[in-house]
Amino acid sequence: MANSTAEKAKVAQPESVSMMAVLAPAIGWLIPGAGHIIQKRWIRGALLFISIVTLFLLGLAMQGRIYHANGGDILDMLGFVGDLGAGALYILTLANDWGQGAIAFATADYGTKFMIVAGLLNFIAVADAYHIAIGKKQ
Amino acid sequence: MGAVTITLNHFSAALVFAIFASIVFGITHRETTREMIRYGLYCFAMFVGGVIVAGWAMWVLRR
Repeated sequence: MANSTAEKAKVAQPESVSMMAVLAPAIGWLIPGAGHIIQKRWIRGALLFISIVTLFLLGLAMQGRIYHANGGDILDMLGFVGDLGAGALYILTLANDWGQGAIAFATADYGTKFMIVAGLLNFIAVADAYHIAIGKKQ
Repeated sequence: MGAVTITLNHFSAALVFAIFASIVFGITHRETTREMIRYGLYCFAMFVGGVIVAGWAMWVLRR
């Protein structure tokens, strides 16, 4: 009886780990920090959420520019990849037609970089959530 | 984005960037809480120190 329970646990564990290994990065990409929060890393998740979302919103408030998929040149495509990392924030920005960019202000360029960096930082957070899910990190 | 606009000067923009990037680096690059805090502070010092050193280097080059 005890052996069969232990065997069931052994069989069930890899399945839940692989499920979390897919779910945590996906949710973490969509909502920054959520990949940590669903794995009960509350403080880490909250800090990641605050950091990445604040950086992205500051970029928008500084009148930074958001990149589109069909940007044309290679630097625009790299900018798009960076922006895409922000997940739902990027989708929301595109949907509301925000992030048009103001070339009149020098600091608007900082805003553009803030948004790209927020997306790239979220990629790192997603990788971290994956490492936690597969047990590589606590 | 709407009517909300913020204008940061060069240094405050670098400072804000350093704070949030350091938090993410600290959390994602270390295992224990203590190590995370130490590495986050190290990254913050490097970011801000780098800005100050680069600023002085440009001042020297300009002269």
